[in-house]
Formats: sequence, C-alpha cells, structure tokens
Amino acid sequence: MDTTATYNDTVVRQFTIMTVVWGIVGMLVGVLIAAQLMWPQLNFDLPFLTYSRLRPLHTNAVIFAFGGSALFATSYYVVQRTCHVRLAFNKLAAFTFWGWQAIIVLAAVTLPLGITQGKEYAELEWPIDLLIAVVWVAYAVVFFSTIGMRRIKHIYVANWFYGAFIITVAVLHIFNNLAVPVSLTKSYTIYTGVVDGMMQWWYGHNAVGFFLTAGFLGMMYYFVPKQAGRPVYSYRLSVVHFWSLIAVYMWAGPHHLHYTSLPDWAQTLGMVFSIVLLAPSWGGMINGIMTLSGAWHKLRSDPILKFMIVALSFYGMSTFEGPMMSIKTVNALSHYTEWTIGHVHSGALGWVAMMTIGSVYSLLPRLYNRDSMHSIKLIDAHFWTSTIGVVLYAVSMWVAGIGEGLMSRAVNADGTLTYAFIEILASKYPYYGMRLVGGLVFFSGMIIMAYNVWRTVSEKKPVPVAVMDPA
Amino acid sequence: MAAFWAWFVAVGTIAFVIWCVWLISWASKQGPQNKQDEDLVGHKWDGDLEEWNNPAPKWWLYLYFITIAWAVGYMIVYPGIGAFDGVAGWSQQGQYEAEMQAAEARYEPIYARFAEMDFETLAKDPDANKLGKSLFAGYCTTCHGSDARGAAGYPNLTDNDWLWGKTEAAITTTIQQGRNSIMPNLSAALGGDAGIDNMVSYVQSLSGAVAADEAAMSAQPMFVALCSACHMADGSGNQLLGGPNLTDDVWLYGSSTDAIRTTIVQGRNGVMPAHGQLLGDKRTKILAAYVYSMSNAE
Repeated sequence: MDTTATYNDTVVRQFTIMTVVWGIVGMLVGVLIAAQLMWPQLNFDLPFLTYSRLRPLHTNAVIFAFGGSALFATSYYVVQRTCHVRLAFNKLAAFTFWGWQAIIVLAAVTLPLGITQGKEYAELEWPIDLLIAVVWVAYAVVFFSTIGMRRIKHIYVANWFYGAFIITVAVLHIFNNLAVPVSLTKSYTIYTGVVDGMMQWWYGHNAVGFFLTAGFLGMMYYFVPKQAGRPVYSYRLSVVHFWSLIAVYMWAGPHHLHYTSLPDWAQTLGMVFSIVLLAPSWGGMINGIMTLSGAWHKLRSDPILKFMIVALSFYGMSTFEGPMMSIKTVNALSHYTEWTIGHVHSGALGWVAMMTIGSVYSLLPRLYNRDSMHSIKLIDAHFWTSTIGVVLYAVSMWVAGIGEGLMSRAVNADGTLTYAFIEILASKYPYYGMRLVGGLVFFSGMIIMAYNVWRTVSEKKPVPVAVMDPA
Repeated sequence: MAAFWAWFVAVGTIAFVIWCVWLISWASKQGPQNKQDEDLVGHKWDGDLEEWNNPAPKWWLYLYFITIAWAVGYMIVYPGIGAFDGVAGWSQQGQYEAEMQAAEARYEPIYARFAEMDFETLAKDPDANKLGKSLFAGYCTTCHGSDARGAAGYPNLTDNDWLWGKTEAAITTTIQQGRNSIMPNLSAALGGDAGIDNMVSYVQSLSGAVAADEAAMSAQPMFVALCSACHMADGSGNQLLGGPNLTDDVWLYGSSTDAIRTTIVQGRNGVMPAHGQLLGDKRTKILAAYVYSMSNAE
C-alpha cells in the first residue's frame, strides 16, 4: 500500500497510550504530595521523596507529560484529518515521540535528584531545555509542513489553535530558559532581579494560555463537533475569539507579581489585560457549548459528551475566576494561599484533564479499528469519579484558601496579627484531607480508564486508514 | 524608564486595545441566526466537520466591550500607559506609606502608654503581656514554638535559663540585633575518637549526669584549654558570649551521648535573626518584657 495514501496513526497511537500512562504517573505523584502535606513523615526522610522535589515532578508530569502527550497525539490526528493528507516526515514525527518521552524520563530522574533551575514550570536544566527546543522545532516542522501540504483551501479552526500553541510555546521556552551553564547540571539565568521574575511569569502565564488553553481549545474544536455530530456553532465567533485570545494572553503575566518590586505600570497592564481576557476566553466556551446545544439528548447515552460539557463548564468557570483573582484587591487576599491551588486544579483537572479524557475516549476506537471503547459503562463511571474528584478538590481549596487569606490579614485592636502562621496552617488540615480524598477519587477514575483502554486496544489489531479525499 | 521604552509600552498598549475594539466591531456586523443547512459556511473537513456562522451573542460582545472600556478607564486613573502616572497619583509605594501612617496613628496611643512604664512593671502588666503574647505569636513561634518551649536547637524561653542574660538590655539586644551562637568543630583539636569520647564523658559529668571517672577527668585539661573561653573553666557558661552553662540540666541540642558528641565533632551554629527593623523600639520593649515574664511569673 502506498504509504502516502494512509494516515500516520502510529505516532498518534503512541502518544495517546502515553497520555494515559503519564496521566496516571503524574496524578499518583500529586496524590502522594497531597498526603505529604497532611503527613510530612511520608517523605521517609529520603531527599528524593521530599515535597520540594516531588512537587515540580508532579507539575511537569501532568502538564508536559500527560497534557503534552495529549496535545501531540490529538494535533497529529487532527491535522491529518482536517488537511486530508498524511502527516509530513514519518521519521521526524517518530523523533518527536521518542524525543518527548526521553525528555519526560530525564525530568523524572533529574527533578527528584534536586537538579533544577528553580523556575516554576521551567525547572528542567539546560541540556534538557536544549533537547526540548530541538524536539519542539521538529514538532513545528511536522505540523506546519502537513498544513502546507493540505488538500483543502481552508485551514480548520482547530489547527489555528494548535498552530498558535506550537509557535508560542517555542518562543516562551527559548526566551525564558536563556541561561549560562556552569556545569552539566547547573546554569544561571541571564536575567537579573525583577526582570527574571517578569520573564518567568510572562512564560508561566502563557504556558497556561497557550499550552493549557490554546492547545486544548484546538482539541475541543475537533472532538466536540465530531462527538456531537453537529457543526461548529459560529465560524465568526471562532475568528474573533482566536485573534483576541492570542493577542491578549501575552499581557497577563504580571498579575503573578502584584505588590512586588515590579513597576506599577507593568502590574496595571497585567491586571487590565487579564480582565479583558474574560470575553475572549469565554468565546471558546460559548462556541463549544452552543455546538453541543441541540444535541443535549445525547448526553443521556454518551458519557464522552458529558466529559466535554463539564470540561467546557470548568473552562468557563476558571477563566472567570482567573481575571477576578488578577484584580489587585482580590489578589491581595488570594495570592500565596490555597485558593491559587484550587484555581489551577479546576483548570488542570476540570478543563485540561477532562477534555483530554473525553478526546482520548473518542479517539482510541478510531485508532484501533473499533466502533467504540470496550465499555461505555466504565466511561460513565470514570466521568463521575472525575467530576466528584475535581469538585471536592476545588471546593476544599477555595475554603482553605479564602480562610487562609482572611486569617493572614486579621489584626487585633492593638495592630498585632490575630493568628500565628501555625494556627493558619492547622486550620487548613481538614481541607487538606478533603483535597486528598478528591485527588484519590479523580485518580481512581484514571485506573478505570487504564483498564478500559487496555481492553480496547488489546482486542483488535490496528489497520492503516486510507486518507479521505476532500469533499 | 527610558523615554524610548515608555513610548514603546504606550504605543503597544494602545495598539492592542484598538485591535480588540476593531475585532468587536467586525464581529458585530453580522447577519441573523442561522439554523438551516444552507446557512453553513460551506467548508467541510474530514467528512462531516462543518461550521455555522451564527452571530456572536450580543451579551458576549457587550461584555467584551465593557471590559475594554473599564481597562481604558483604569489606565487613565492608574499608572499603566508608558510613563503616564495616572490622574489619581497612585503608586504602591504611596499606598504602603499611607497605610503605615494610618496604622501608626491608630495604634500609637496604645504603645505610647506602655513606653512610659518601667521594665519590671511592664512584665507584670496583663494588658502589656496580652499584647506581647500576640507579638510573640506573629514573630517568634516559628522557632520557639507556640508554647515558647522551643525545640532542639531553639531555646526554651520559659525555663528561666538565659544564654545571653535576663536583663532588659540583653533581651532587647537579642530581639533587635539577633544573635549568632557558634560552637566550633573541635574534632581535630581533640585528636581522635578516644579524646572525643573522654570529652563527652567529662561534659556529662559537669552536670552530674555521669560519674566523673578517670577517663572523663583526663579530658579536664583539654576542656580548660579549648572550652573555657566560652563555657568558663568550671563549665558554668558565660552570658557575655552566649556560652551555655554546662553544669545545669538544660541542653539546647540534647543531652544524649550522641547529641553531645555531634556538638563537639561537628560544631553548632545557632542563629537568632535580627528583628529591630520589623518591630521598632516600642514593640520590642513590650515583647522583651513578655519574654522576661514567661520565666518570672508570679
């Protein structure tokens, strides 16, 4: 068979399976560190099991290993299907898979060893950063070459978002990680003082904006209409919110540095553009939900759609919560509290993970020559564990965080602080317990998924799928 | 900020605002709701992926516009557009200073009353001690514990045992300027395991924890030579240098053979951070009196 006449689903299958694997690994580490916050002795006095080293391992694993593999898998799948061509450069695509997995393994080794740049979400040291840059450029070459070879004039909206995600993450990664190496495992950033802080959060917030938002909106724009069997609600809305989103997100980073040595004007810009970001963010939610609208009856029988609608709801909620938290007066209460953790997880579990899970359930049967997943009932069970888990997680952290913020600023009539640090910490323990339960429940769903995926992929041999001619 | 960069920021900010407004106006010029098949945009991907071209919801466009209008208003009032400081004259430094001044005006009378009192009276005053306890909770409990009983390496402040002295001057200095309590590593000077073991026994014998046998006593000349500068020849300590008394039953780093051995072999480095700038004189005095009162309660 002519290889250009079939889709390259091998690399998609590889990334999809690793999405599930890394999801389980990353969330397991998350459950462990949640337990460590309640019972610190769970680090067993071993340096590589301490919270400080496992926390970056958890964030890197869920964002870049789980989320990253999901984005590679779905973008490679979607770009082929919507361009009606085979993915460009078989070997380069394979290189991106093995390269990305090598990066993840290197992260899983170096972070517990304490090798870190000390920049949040950019902890990995310079040799790994170089490898990331190489793999990412290869990814861009594969993706955009495929776009270039498309057999249909219009580029589908999902590809705009994937494309913006790929280009921007390259720029963010390279500039934030510019550093002077002093040894194989140690480097110093080229930025000094508050400039370093600003670069870090320009990177950090756009990692949220482009990696965890734009990329997953790309996923949403393919899998939601596909699964609902309905047209995208509004082409015009997608144009407006796409160009707004990518323009405005770039400015939001300074809201991570309110009331610091960052100049006032930069804090203001970070705050006002975060507020402006509300509508562009909601544009994606509206387009997704309105696409599902009219197919509501399908929610009764299709738990995959349930994953997607809940993901969109959490997306809408966290993109409202984010601008609100960026307002200086709100931020003065919420910053440095558990509220931030709750916000991040309603985005990461509610939006990113649930959209990924729904898309993987939608994608796997097509990759493995089946009509549907092994068990729809188990998808439904997974849906409920995920939903209950994320609600428990988010609610417990809101309560803990707002309480923490209020206790931190409470003063007595004589101007002294009402609560000592340890009293505030003690007040959070019940919520740490509730969060741990939420995390465990969410994690248990991933185990159900692993079983369902295993049964689905092991029963039939995948067959190459012929490239469809454009309509 | 250099003039070029100020203009760069200002032009960039305004350009992005205009871009958003232009997108809104583009989106608001649109037709009616479409629900018929002929209203599809006409693109088709992957067999069945199509798009309608419904207008963006009105409320959404209004929301978008309102946030932009608010952003522009905010940037006129507050610093944001390049070097323009905003019409309100606000700065975070100014806000901080205003809040500190307001707090000073509000709480000053409370502290002024206590500033007049002498130290001993202050240490017995219930109101002052209540305030002192709050200060202690905010600044001291991290190391000394909620009950002020300390932990290994962090002194117990309730036992009437004073490393640096129990006078107002000594306690004030400790709080305001901090202390560095350094016990040097003496392993080399003691010449091997036997010498170290004997010294450990000798130190334990000073407080009567073990009998002063021959081996222990053999370390006495070495103790006088190496340790007496800080601990005094009889081991009773020296508060001028913060050298602990070794003849009592108070052990900062533990009284076990292992703990004492570690102290001698590795040394210790106890740090009390300086709090003078955080607390100021008046609050330091109240806190010092409270610390004093914990060992001298009625």
